[in-house]
Amino acid sequence: MIELRKILRDPVLAATIGVIAVALFLFVVYPLFKVFQMSVVADGGLSLHIYSDLLDKSFERRPIYNSLILGALVGVAGTAVGYLFAFAIARADVPWKGFFRIIATFPIISPPFVLSLAAILLLGRQGFITRTVFQGWWDPHIYGLRGLILVETIAFFPTAFLIMLGILQAIDPALEESSLNLGATRWQVFRTVTLPLSIPGLASSLLVVFVESLADFGNPIILSGNFHVLSVQAYLQITGMADFAGGAGLAVLLLLPTLVAFLLQKYWVSRKSYVTVTGKPSPGRLSVDPMTRRLLFCLCLAVTGGILLLYGTVVFGSFVTLWGANYTLTLKHYVSVFKIGGGYLRDTLILAGVATPITGILGMVIAFLVVRKEFAGKGLMDLTSMLTFAVPGTVVGIGYILVFNEPPLLLTGTAAIIVLLFIFRNVPVGIRAGVAALQQIDKAIEEAATNLGAGTARTFVTITLPLITPAFFSGLAYSFVRCMTAISAVIFVVSGSWNLITVAILGLVENADLSQAAAFSLVLVAIVLLVLGLMQYGVGRVATSQMGYEPQG
Amino acid sequence: MSTAVRLEKLRKVFQGRGGGIVTAVDGVSLEVKDGSLVTLLGPSGCGKTTVLRMIAGFETPTEGEISIGDERITTLPANKRRTSMVFQSYGLFPHMTVFDNVGYGLRIRKVQGAEIRTRVLSMLELVGLTGTEARLPSQLSGGQQQRVALARALITEPRVLLFDEPLSNLDAKLRVQVRQEIRRLQQRLKITSIYVTHDQDEAMTLSDQIVVMHQGRIEQVGHPEEIYARPRTRFVADFIGRANFLAGTVRAVEDARAEVEMPLGRFQVTAGEFRAGDPVWLLLRPEAIDLTAPEAGRWQGQIATTTYLGGEVFYEVTVGHQTLLIKVGHPQGGTGLAAGKSVGVTFEETSLHLIHREDASPGSQPA
Repeated sequence: MIELRKILRDPVLAATIGVIAVALFLFVVYPLFKVFQMSVVADGGLSLHIYSDLLDKSFERRPIYNSLILGALVGVAGTAVGYLFAFAIARADVPWKGFFRIIATFPIISPPFVLSLAAILLLGRQGFITRTVFQGWWDPHIYGLRGLILVETIAFFPTAFLIMLGILQAIDPALEESSLNLGATRWQVFRTVTLPLSIPGLASSLLVVFVESLADFGNPIILSGNFHVLSVQAYLQITGMADFAGGAGLAVLLLLPTLVAFLLQKYWVSRKSYVTVTGKPSPGRLSVDPMTRRLLFCLCLAVTGGILLLYGTVVFGSFVTLWGANYTLTLKHYVSVFKIGGGYLRDTLILAGVATPITGILGMVIAFLVVRKEFAGKGLMDLTSMLTFAVPGTVVGIGYILVFNEPPLLLTGTAAIIVLLFIFRNVPVGIRAGVAALQQIDKAIEEAATNLGAGTARTFVTITLPLITPAFFSGLAYSFVRCMTAISAVIFVVSGSWNLITVAILGLVENADLSQAAAFSLVLVAIVLLVLGLMQYGVGRVATSQMGYEPQG
Repeated sequence: MSTAVRLEKLRKVFQGRGGGIVTAVDGVSLEVKDGSLVTLLGPSGCGKTTVLRMIAGFETPTEGEISIGDERITTLPANKRRTSMVFQSYGLFPHMTVFDNVGYGLRIRKVQGAEIRTRVLSMLELVGLTGTEARLPSQLSGGQQQRVALARALITEPRVLLFDEPLSNLDAKLRVQVRQEIRRLQQRLKITSIYVTHDQDEAMTLSDQIVVMHQGRIEQVGHPEEIYARPRTRFVADFIGRANFLAGTVRAVEDARAEVEMPLGRFQVTAGEFRAGDPVWLLLRPEAIDLTAPEAGRWQGQIATTTYLGGEVFYEVTVGHQTLLIKVGHPQGGTGLAAGKSVGVTFEETSLHLIHREDASPGSQPA
């Protein structure tokens, strides 16, 4: 028990671990437990009748099939597009690489439902293309599976792109060169070396995109039409019918495949990876022949054209008087963004402004504890803090209203519940970034500080934090973007006194006030870009002031 | 001299991957005298670094106690121990200048800014780094980084200075130079120091006492000369320098002299604790054997291999069924004798040292 004695002699550390453990339990574990409990308890006893109700009739099973089919198709399509861009940029040396890279990451920072909005503007019943090109001889049926595949593929292929880019860049060029050296053609090199080595990455991205599609709420609530999916049905069950138990049951059904995919990805696929990341930029890369390069370039260009068309339509739409009827240009939508939407904007910025720095610091503290400290329950802390990342927002949101709707934890209607939700939903990315950064930093640097008399808190503030600044900022940036654009979980906890801009946009779309929604979305994107730019500037300043430092081995 | 650091029956068990346990340190007791430099010497994995890290407080002993002076520090947090460590990788703060690195410990102790400045500058002068205070660690050479680490450790006037293989990242020439500087500084400041290394030359030149460790246990503690000339185990003899081990058996003991029989003949050797009938190794250092013309040697043999090293030549010479490793200094011209050549071999009985032999296998094994 010497270990315990030692931790107790470091009261700051002990207190930090204690507070974080309690917070993780209260704001991550307990809400999930409540959802589960709600779904299996009826009339004071254990009962599975909610599930038998949900699974009994074939039309009630529909949302489950739909969600899984949509997730699988989007997983495949998103991974394919992501691999195309990653390969073209990392391996084929296509022209306009920088531009393609921006295009392939932009959907991450745009609110997801902007794409649905664009799809409606172009291909909806009053859509521009529907009216001018098809003119009634063909209905694109954008509401439903077809539309969802289109928008979700574009919304989530950036994840696949980033995973595949990492994998492709980490493959040792010597492997491909030796294949060529042994007489393989370039196609054979790809087929026998490059592709097999990227299979773990492909599997990983397939699962992650599948999970993202399953958890998506913003697009299906706008675009699903009669194609019911779990996330939306769970929401409607609760807000529309006040059927908390039924909503919880649907949430659990949504949670199960998500968790399976998450665990597969984390414990199985990631172990199959052949790639060891050395952190060394590789020298020359084996490229492809000019024909292939031209082909890849054209494919990237085509996808890019589609993406730009969608976003461009939103820009155009925000200036149009009445979409589908009156295409006169006007600024009136922007005027009313600040007139009627001022409150939403202010609330959103305040809540994101409070949540973001807390999320960033909490992420670094947890990363520090998990990588550098030994204490009982450390593995559990790591897993728990990752949990909200894997759990669909809808499930978390339902959990929050179940837990915080009644005393002693009555938080409904307050700003606190939104801030807490933001923090615990967005902290995993900061933790991952922090863990990766810490693992690069020689442990002896922090031990030296301790050895010279600095306590845990002092070491963290004077040594660790400055060294992981880039990770800290990327945690901040991610957290801010998510605060500004996410909707699936927070839609359950917004209130009259504290409302969010994403929820307002959703309302506008539902009222078919498309141009107004487009203007709101663009203002939102502009704010996000502005803040990201400022953060980038901040990181740049920090990086230059520490110029020339590299973690010593 | 009083005892500065006392280790009592230290044990450290690590949870290995996959549930197994690894005993890294297994019952280590040691007393380090005030103002002396003690090296913990041993191959990698022998537990020496774990012992050092337990003294610094980075690892908690599974069992046993650690004291500095009269104070038990076994569970004292690492930052309260006042044991400065010089890390193998230096652990310099990459985002701080040399000045801020060296002054860090003083800032923690809330020393006044003006005093920090004076003390840092004089410490930098002591280690020969005057003028580098505004640089970042990455702008220094390896040897300079090493000295910043040393200055940073010394400035807080620690009760014990701990060195964790501090020279292993330097090239061979620099290593010799820096280790002399460390010894000079340590003797001048009279700081009790514990020094971990796997390099026997370092241990030999630096230490007041050498502690040879093997598989988590102490094999022998002694002055460098004692460790080299009178090793207690075959492991110690083998680890420090090169050695011939000739298997023999004690036939009789009389007046502290043992008569030992082995294939090359019978020898009179200082008996120590040995008794008649004990199986023993006769340790014979390569430099204690003379190579002569065939007729001038006490034994005759043939050169099996020749290893020319410039300043010296190592020969493996077959004598009967034995193979002896022989070192010849100052080779005169050429690169030594060719394999197959007949030579004479001679050594003094007084060069032989007895070590316990546990397996009773006959025959000799040069190592």
